[in-house]
Amino acid sequence: MKCRALLGLLAGLALLLAGCGGSSGAADAGGSSAAAQPKTLTVLAAASLTETFDAMKARFETDNPGVTVRISYGGSSDLASQIVNGAPVDVFASASDATMKTVTDKDLTTAAPTIFATNVLQIATQPGNPKGIASFADLAKPDLKVVVCAPQVPCGAAAKKIETATGVTLTPVSQETDVKSVLGKVSTGNADAGLVYVTDVTAAKDSVQGVTFPEAQQAATNYPIAVVKNAPQADLAQKWIDMVTGEFGQKTLNAAGFGAEK
Amino acid sequence: MSVTDDAPQAPPTERKRDRRHERDVALPRWMWVPAVVAFLVIALPVAGLLIEADWARMPELLTSEAALAALRLSLETAAASTVLCILLGGPLAAVLARGRMPGLRTLRSVVLLPLVLPPVVGGLALLYLVGARGLVGEALRLGFGVTVPFTTVAVILAQTFVAMPFLVVSLEGALRTAGERYEAVAATLGASPALTFRRVTVPLVLPGLMSGTVLAFARCLGEFGATITFAGNLQGTTQTLPLLVYLQRETDDAGAIALSLLLVVVAILVIAFARPRNTEGIR
Amino acid sequence: MTGAALAATVRLDRPGFSLDVAIDAAPGEVVAVLGPNGSGKSTLLGVLSGLLVPDSGHVRVGEETVTDVDAGISVPPHRRGVGLLAQQALLFPHMTALANVAFGPRAAGIAKRDAEARALSLIADVLPGLDADEMARRRPSQMSGGQQQRVALARALAPRPGLLLLDEPLAALDVDATPAMRSLLRRVIRDAKQTALLVTHSALDALVLADRVVVLDAGRIVEQGATREVLTKPRTPFTARIAGLDLVPGTACTDGLRTHDGTLVSGLSAEPLVDGDAAVAVFAPSAVSVFRDRPAGSPRNALRVRLAAIEPQGDTVRLRASPPADGPAWLDGLAADVTLAAAAELAVEPGAELWFAVKATEVAVHPAAS
Repeated sequence: MKCRALLGLLAGLALLLAGCGGSSGAADAGGSSAAAQPKTLTVLAAASLTETFDAMKARFETDNPGVTVRISYGGSSDLASQIVNGAPVDVFASASDATMKTVTDKDLTTAAPTIFATNVLQIATQPGNPKGIASFADLAKPDLKVVVCAPQVPCGAAAKKIETATGVTLTPVSQETDVKSVLGKVSTGNADAGLVYVTDVTAAKDSVQGVTFPEAQQAATNYPIAVVKNAPQADLAQKWIDMVTGEFGQKTLNAAGFGAEK
Repeated sequence: MSVTDDAPQAPPTERKRDRRHERDVALPRWMWVPAVVAFLVIALPVAGLLIEADWARMPELLTSEAALAALRLSLETAAASTVLCILLGGPLAAVLARGRMPGLRTLRSVVLLPLVLPPVVGGLALLYLVGARGLVGEALRLGFGVTVPFTTVAVILAQTFVAMPFLVVSLEGALRTAGERYEAVAATLGASPALTFRRVTVPLVLPGLMSGTVLAFARCLGEFGATITFAGNLQGTTQTLPLLVYLQRETDDAGAIALSLLLVVVAILVIAFARPRNTEGIR
Repeated sequence: MTGAALAATVRLDRPGFSLDVAIDAAPGEVVAVLGPNGSGKSTLLGVLSGLLVPDSGHVRVGEETVTDVDAGISVPPHRRGVGLLAQQALLFPHMTALANVAFGPRAAGIAKRDAEARALSLIADVLPGLDADEMARRRPSQMSGGQQQRVALARALAPRPGLLLLDEPLAALDVDATPAMRSLLRRVIRDAKQTALLVTHSALDALVLADRVVVLDAGRIVEQGATREVLTKPRTPFTARIAGLDLVPGTACTDGLRTHDGTLVSGLSAEPLVDGDAAVAVFAPSAVSVFRDRPAGSPRNALRVRLAAIEPQGDTVRLRASPPADGPAWLDGLAADVTLAAAAELAVEPGAELWFAVKATEVAVHPAAS
């Protein structure tokens, strides 16, 4: 009786895992065996890539009839741990070298990752910049409510790096878990300024205003991309990477505020 | 006259139930299977944490400044929120269980909302109410120069929001079970409603109040979504243990697991120490 | 302690039911309220205790008007001085017997030491023959049902209420515990001149405990008067059904009861009685055998009666007696239930003389209220 219970439980856990990785395309795992059948390319991408990768997905599906691209967006480290835990994935596009490294360290990519974009921090202020923030040093003013990312996440690490480089120490009222939270605190008026990526400011449109500062370049973030080992659709995966690093991909990324590949 | 014709007297001490000689008459055998599965669904993941834990680094991980600050803040805010839940939710439960005005049904549905809403939604709602541009937030800022988000008060508010229904529901159930007959008797003995509440109602529902308190405290301890959305995250001020676990996981799985185990231990301690006492004899 | 007078006029309407009664009690008087389920007895007690608010009417306890709908007076239950003893003891389960009984005096602001002294003496009073100190320390769950009800009585009396409401206080007790509790009530309520309203189903309870009876049916008083008067001469079938018993008033004697004209009714005393005390002999009509001639042999009690009426009651026939020309008045209304076959065998008409016989073991002698 106990054995049966355990079996049932294991089956349940398997279902749970499948559910967790479901967005990454386990559902049509059978599709890879027969070439005639519609194919599904599964991409895990950093959340900051949402708008650009969605645009590329449309283009990719037009160029490759019969192929469906399924993109799961999330925090880079979440995505990395999915891959480490064996989710059936074709492509991984990360928002930091460090998270990509957790995957390559386990030898889970077919080749060394390619840097396809860079991103820099920008100061997000309320529309119209009512506090007149003009530089990174302005963020240290005592009457300002500044929110940044927590140092454990890439945007926070970048902010820390700039602080160290400039010698300006920020006293944030909060260290948020991700850039969207930082943006939210600023756009709702609860914070005067936040440090986010320039692409986030672009995506946020009119709800916040961006202030560029030169020191941001000292903490530019790389976006590496790679084919995951044992990818169900290895050929398509490489095709996807080619597009991202190609003319259309780069144009799309630049329009969203990303820097060019190195 | 004597009372020897009365029913046999119970011995002065209550007899404990003799379970060793009793047979299961209401437990079909097949039920063991889903019951064991249910138990494992809860126990195995926790066991997984234990297996994954890096025991050698445990002391170092648990005594980091951030971990200690988060533990301390978690315990303090959870305690404060639980007290708030009791002080405000207790009377609310009494009104729901004993009140006689129309509209109580609707009121109850509203009270249950935090149970079904994702905590993030609760956090957003609080942000839009008490935040800088919120109805209450603006008044507080203009009237008193007080801002709530990013403060420990915000953490307590968020926890109170999500934990309140746990207390209210347990307590209301206990109040309904206890019924009003004892309270009516107390009134005929000359006890004012306040005295009746203190000396009769509260002791009668104490087990329900205890379990509600434990549930609320545990819920406060585990609160994440509403806190991160409404209160933010800053060590020593708003960074509770669950927030730290979430962030730690970004860079250091071992640290996250260690902190998770710390939460598990605290939760087990809370449940073990505050488990409602045997309520036999209190109908 | 002498109770306060009660004067109440109450009207309360709810869907499908209305209560409309006027009831009063002199200081120290015990009034029984008889009636079937749903007749409004508990509603009446609710109004008097203040737990229910009537639609109209007024209630006065002693000098104080506690309810007057027109004047907008509605004193809350805890300031009425109206105590309640219900079917269930409802002792507070988290308190000892002592704390339960001391609860009322404590609520009235009496110092703990004095309240507990009063409580202890009441406990000793309601639980004679037991170690009061030990009983006082017990929790309700450590007492028998009868003991709990006794302590509940002590608790109801402890605040010295002007009016005590007894809501079927014997109904939930074991058969074994009932007689002793009944005589305890008699002692502490009647003998202490505690004004009380006793709601009951039982004619016997009324006979033993009440000075007066009020019969309630469907929210209206259908009959009232001195207990024995009402129960022995039911003017409505309803009261007769409630009474349902033959009873003979008199005084207690060694072998049973002696009527005022000297007739001995042999019986067993249900409770300790002192010779000469007012008492009533009670027996069921079904225990009565009917003969055309004086029965020889065992039955100790043989009463010569004149047949007043023959009332068919389903499978049985109730023969209703009246006194013969030279007989005592108390024979009036005595009933005997016989089978149809037996009635046919007797072949008698109203007006005929018959003998009612009842074994001494079927006759219970109770102390009477007056």
